[in-house]
Amino acid sequence: MANIIGGITTSHIPAIANAMANGLEETPYWKPFFDGYPPVRDWLNEKKPDVIILFYNDHGLEFFIDKKPTFAIGVADEYHNADEGWGIPTIPPVTGESDLSWHIANSLVEDGFDMTICQEMKVDHGLTVPLNLMWPGYNYGHVKVIPVCINCEQHPMPQPKRTYALGQAIGRAVASFDQDLKVAVFGTGGMSHQLDGERAGIINREFDIDCLDKLVSDPEALTKYSNLDLVEIAGAQGVELNMLIAMRGTLIGEVKELHRNYHAPISNTGSGLMLLEHTMPKK
Amino acid sequence: MATNEKRDIPGTYLFDSKMAKKGYGLNKMCYSFNNQEARDEFNADPDAYCDKFNLTVAQKKAIKEKDIIAMLREGGSIYYLAKYAGLLKLNMQDIGALQTGMSVEEFKDMLVKNGRGEV
Repeated sequence: MANIIGGITTSHIPAIANAMANGLEETPYWKPFFDGYPPVRDWLNEKKPDVIILFYNDHGLEFFIDKKPTFAIGVADEYHNADEGWGIPTIPPVTGESDLSWHIANSLVEDGFDMTICQEMKVDHGLTVPLNLMWPGYNYGHVKVIPVCINCEQHPMPQPKRTYALGQAIGRAVASFDQDLKVAVFGTGGMSHQLDGERAGIINREFDIDCLDKLVSDPEALTKYSNLDLVEIAGAQGVELNMLIAMRGTLIGEVKELHRNYHAPISNTGSGLMLLEHTMPKK
Repeated sequence: MATNEKRDIPGTYLFDSKMAKKGYGLNKMCYSFNNQEARDEFNADPDAYCDKFNLTVAQKKAIKEKDIIAMLREGGSIYYLAKYAGLLKLNMQDIGALQTGMSVEEFKDMLVKNGRGEV
């Protein structure tokens, strides 16, 4: 049986890609952020997950608002990054995991989540930045990635209770896959931030830290928020919390926090890095 | 909590159905800036490029004046507007400063204070 061994929350902002491309990790601005990552990298290198299920939101590389999936899942053997228009480096291809992806897609639709199923999808910084953060130097080719993309741009967008339920359904799908695979789940994005409007620049440190606490011990509490609540409390793009909530949903067994690093600001955002170890429920 | 009823959040432009329809051409143009050829074509003749996407007079004015708030009011989504900002070589702190009427340094200072939870 496939086994979810842990979940990780991480920022995915493009400024990280530029900082890494320009070797700025040790500068005073970036050091408190990057210093959080070695324990998580060590854990990944020790545990060696075969597959990463990665929740992210596309920011207008693959999907435009001509057709905007609420939930999309990639089922390809390989994914490509491309020019996103603002000059961050385009990075090498990402390896996929078609069999488990299709199993999850089948299981999700059976379970009432009508996914958009993608055999080709360009993956943007939302997916690529976290991979390069975990395996710097673009050394992520050995790990197989299943992209799960959630609309966080255009209202109506799925509510936290729905993204949590999606995560739970993915957790059950993984548990029912009959190959022995080690799976880790990344919830990427956030935390509080607002890029647009006269209210641009808000960061809600207290709320972010409370969310990280609740992701560990009381994730159901986060499903009580609506997206408009999140906009009000955590900024217009604070709705990216949905990816972290979805990740936590997949952890249907026992969870233990192993590492955390909250730092703000990076660029316009609060950054919440957290590593949760997971033990699958007993059958 | 847990209501998704419409509410006014000052200084915030929700990208909803109304805005998605209103801003479609503007966003489609900015989405095209993923491609270098499109960026080159825009730079060579901005007005002609705006016309290709049927931008309204108000949208063209906002683009010409680099007025981010006006672009938001005319239905722009920040995800695509960010690509226009990239074409102008502006980063998110530059954009934040433009929208809030602060200098870039003032905006960065505000981020640091907000990040420390001082506000």
